[in-house]
This record gives sequence, structure tokens and C-alpha cells, in this order.
Amino acid sequence: MSSLGELYQSLILDHNRAPRNYRAMPDADSKAEGYNPLCGDQLSLYLKFDGDRIADVSFQGNGCAISRASASLMTTEIKGKTRQEAARMFEGFHRMITEGRTQSAEKLPPKLGAFAGVAEFPARVKCAALAWHALRQALDEGTDTPKEKEHSHAV
Amino acid sequence: MAVAVTPGFDVEAVRQDFPALAARVHGRPLVYLDSGASAQKPRVVLDAMHEFLANRYANVHRGVHALSQSASAEYDAARETARRFLGAADAAEVIFTAGTTAGINLVAQSWGRATLRAGDEILVTELEHHSNLVPWQLIAAQTGAVVRALPIAPDGDLDLEAIGALLTARTRLVALAHVSNVLGTVVPVRRVADLAHAAGALLLVDGAQSAPHLPIDVQALGADFFVCSGHKLYGPTGVGLLYGRLDLLAAMPPWQGGGGMVERVTLEKTTFAPPPSRFEAGTPPIAEAIGLAAAIDYLSGLDAGALQAYEETLLRHAEEAVAGVAGVRIMGHPARRVGALSFVMEGVHPHDVGTILDRDGVAVRAGHHCAQPLMRRLGVGGTVRASFGLYNTAADVEALVASLRGVRKVMAL
Repeated sequence: MSSLGELYQSLILDHNRAPRNYRAMPDADSKAEGYNPLCGDQLSLYLKFDGDRIADVSFQGNGCAISRASASLMTTEIKGKTRQEAARMFEGFHRMITEGRTQSAEKLPPKLGAFAGVAEFPARVKCAALAWHALRQALDEGTDTPKEKEHSHAV
Repeated sequence: MAVAVTPGFDVEAVRQDFPALAARVHGRPLVYLDSGASAQKPRVVLDAMHEFLANRYANVHRGVHALSQSASAEYDAARETARRFLGAADAAEVIFTAGTTAGINLVAQSWGRATLRAGDEILVTELEHHSNLVPWQLIAAQTGAVVRALPIAPDGDLDLEAIGALLTARTRLVALAHVSNVLGTVVPVRRVADLAHAAGALLLVDGAQSAPHLPIDVQALGADFFVCSGHKLYGPTGVGLLYGRLDLLAAMPPWQGGGGMVERVTLEKTTFAPPPSRFEAGTPPIAEAIGLAAAIDYLSGLDAGALQAYEETLLRHAEEAVAGVAGVRIMGHPARRVGALSFVMEGVHPHDVGTILDRDGVAVRAGHHCAQPLMRRLGVGGTVRASFGLYNTAADVEALVASLRGVRKVMAL
């Protein structure tokens, strides 16, 4: 497959066209903003917890196919996970999109492997990472009350 | 579609002067359509800088030794070349800066700090690049002045009807782009100059995008200040020009203090050199100024009228060709456009378009182009921008269009 085909593979295109969990969540326990000042891409991530577990997750925002599909797939994979499991997934995902398919990537849910091709496109790593950085912030900060904080991530 | 050959301008010969155009990207020939961000450099610029640095380099206006004297003479000659390029009356009106951004900040912090009082107004436009907006916001916050913005009409031209209400007795300065970096709109600067002057305001013209494409005559434009960048003008980075009317510069306090901008210094007090030295503290970008002069000389060696006709014909062709791609919408239809063309593709984010084009060797810029207020006005998050230099050809346009036609397939639309 060409590197372009590797980047824009069907799973990513599908989640771009029809993003899952794409909605606001008025009663979220935690909300984080992802914003990339270089390109203007922006998303809001909402989390609801059941004890230590992510009971529900959703997002809304504007961005390219990579950032939108990445946010959508992330929501499908972290639902039901504990904070610690989600944080570990963040680490593995981040390593995969910067270093390519490594051993750590193999521990990730298989669908997230769709983003391994991003490592070939350094300018697009920040797009794939946008939702995940918002997630980490929401995990760090989100406890009892919804919080909002502008988050300019750096990869 | 073939573009008629413009008599007096041989683009294939010009292309041979730019070594970077021979590059290959992802195994494809480079199609460079990002000159609005930064232009490629002709060999004469590289050679001029190399020869100066290799054989005749020294600091300027400092030493009595031979190299310093000759470096000073070359630096002064570069200023005279820039004066001629800008149509300034006096070389003392031309200051070497680090670029357009530095020039605007200089005027904001020197003229603005000395002049602006609470309630004074600075009028910008919705077309502005952040570099002609943020420096005014900063000085406004420091002085209590207010920044107001002239709107644009839906076609991407300035809404000059609205200027009557916005240009008031409180307006001290109108700061506007000569050419929009996003839409390529050519702004009727002379008309705005007359209106501004009639209202008692000064005019600063951001020429970053006009200097590479239009003949510049600061006096005919009615500009009190004019700024541009070397690197968009086929010259090096790190150097730009600020023109200021001599009576204004002579009355302005220094912005930065240091060596080379003084007359007499004691531990208590300093008297300052007249312009331009007053505004060139520290060692200036000497090799870069010499490189910029070489770029100006290169442009001066071309038939200006033929070049302008060629560029405008090619841009019109590009607009028609790109508009013919399914799902593409061209942003704005200004009365006159030079240098740049912005568009969006339905259902595809500009960054995805940019990435896909890049794999075909086609370099464009995608995003907000440092003009977020304009993006908001246009109702888009970003655009794809193809921007042109004197070395672009109809073949470049064909390559752009062919690559654009493939985008929707890659995105499975």
C-alpha cells in the first residue's frame, strides 16, 4: 500500500465520514479542550465516570480527517476502561504515531493500529494526537466537577 | 488549456535561475506553489551573499580597516538599491529590518508609543495577516488606544462604503495590506490613503505580498510607512524594508537601543543618530541586505510590464482551472487578484488536501494563513492556498489540478 493509502485507510475514512460518539454531554464529569494553534483544529472531549471507570465519552469539534477519525476511534476504545488503562493506551498510541509500529503498539487495540501510518507524516502527528492529549488532560483533571481548560498541546 | 506566451518574459529561462526548482519531492518533480509563504531564491542572490561572506566580510560602520570600509559601502549601496525599488525620495527613509513583522512592530512601538493616547483609534481591515494586527493590539493595550477593523464585502474586496463611519477624527493611523496573503485581493491603497489623510490619519501599507508582484512607488501610493520582507521577494530571510516619511522618522524615538544608533553616550544620557541609523541598533543583517539588493537587481533586470502581465494571466488561468475541479469553491472574487488563490474542497479538510497534494510533489499551504479573523469572516476554519512566483508555469497549474482531482478518490468521496 502507498504511504498515502496507509494514512487514509478505510477505517480512518469511515470514522471521518461518520464519527462515533459525536455529541455534546451536558452532564459530563470532565471536559477538556484540544486546540492546535498552528492549524486551528479544535475539539471538546467529554467524559463520564462510574467510579474509576469511563462510563461514557463523547466529542465535538472541527478538524481534519486524521484528527476527527482519531478522536472517534479513541472514544470507541476507551469506553469502559479504567483511568489507568486509558492512560496506558495514551502512552502506547503516542509512541506508535511518533515511532511507527513497535512492540508497544502491538499491545494496543488492533483498530488503533490504523494510525501507525501517521508516523510517516511528521506534519500530521499532531492531528492524530489532538484528542489523546485532551483525554490525558481530562484524566488528570477530571474528578467530581466538570472543568474546562484551554489546552494547547505540543507533540 | 495552453496559456498564451507573454512577449518579453521567458519563464523557462527564469526557471533556470532558481536551483531549488530542480528538486524532487516524494520522487516527483517539485511544483512549488507556496511563494506567498516564502519564495525560492535565484542563483545571483546565493552568489552575492556567498561572495560577500567568503571574500569581503566585515562589520559595517565600525572599523577604519579596508574590509569594514568596503562592507559599509556595499551595505549603503544595498540601501540605495532598496530606495530605488520603493520609490523613496531619500535613502534615509529606508530602514533595514528583520522583516515585515519587525517593521510593523517598530512603527507600533516607536511612532505608536510616542503618539497614541487613550481613545485614539487605529484602523485595520478584516484582510490583515496577524502581523498587521497583533502589534497594534499590543500598543493599543499599552496606550489605551482602540483597534477597529474595516470589513470586507462578500467578494473579498474591502467594503469602502463602511470606511466613512470608521475613519474619524480619532483615527491616528490606517494600517492595511496592499495585497491579501489569503485571497490575493489588490487593495486600492491610493484611495484609502487619500481618505485617511483627509481625516488627519497616517497610512501604513503592509507590502509583504505586493512587493513581489506589483511595481512599488511609496510616494504614488500615498504611504507614510511601507513594509515588506526580503524572503518573499526572492531574497534571503532575516531582512526586510521599512520605508517611513523622513519627517515622521526624524520625530520618532528609537525602538531598540544599542550600538550604531547613537551620537553621544554618557553613563547618564544618550543622544541618538538620525534615521536610518537610529532604527538599526546592533549589527544589522549585512549579508542579507546585500542578498536582498541582488534580488531587487534581478527583478529590475526583467521586463516589469511583461512579468506582471504573465503573472496575472497565469493566475486567472489557475482560478478557472481550479474552479473546474469537482467540489472546489474559490474563496472571494475580488476585482483584482495577484499572487495567491484560496479555495476549499467540499467534505475535505484543507490539511488533508495539503498532505495529498504534497505526495504528488505539489507544495501548497493549508490552514488559516495567519489570518484567523479573515477565516472567521469567510466562515471557514481554513483554506488551501496556491501562491505563485515569477517562475510558475501553466504546467504547474496542470499538476495542481491533476492532483486535486485525485483528492476525492483518496478520501473515498
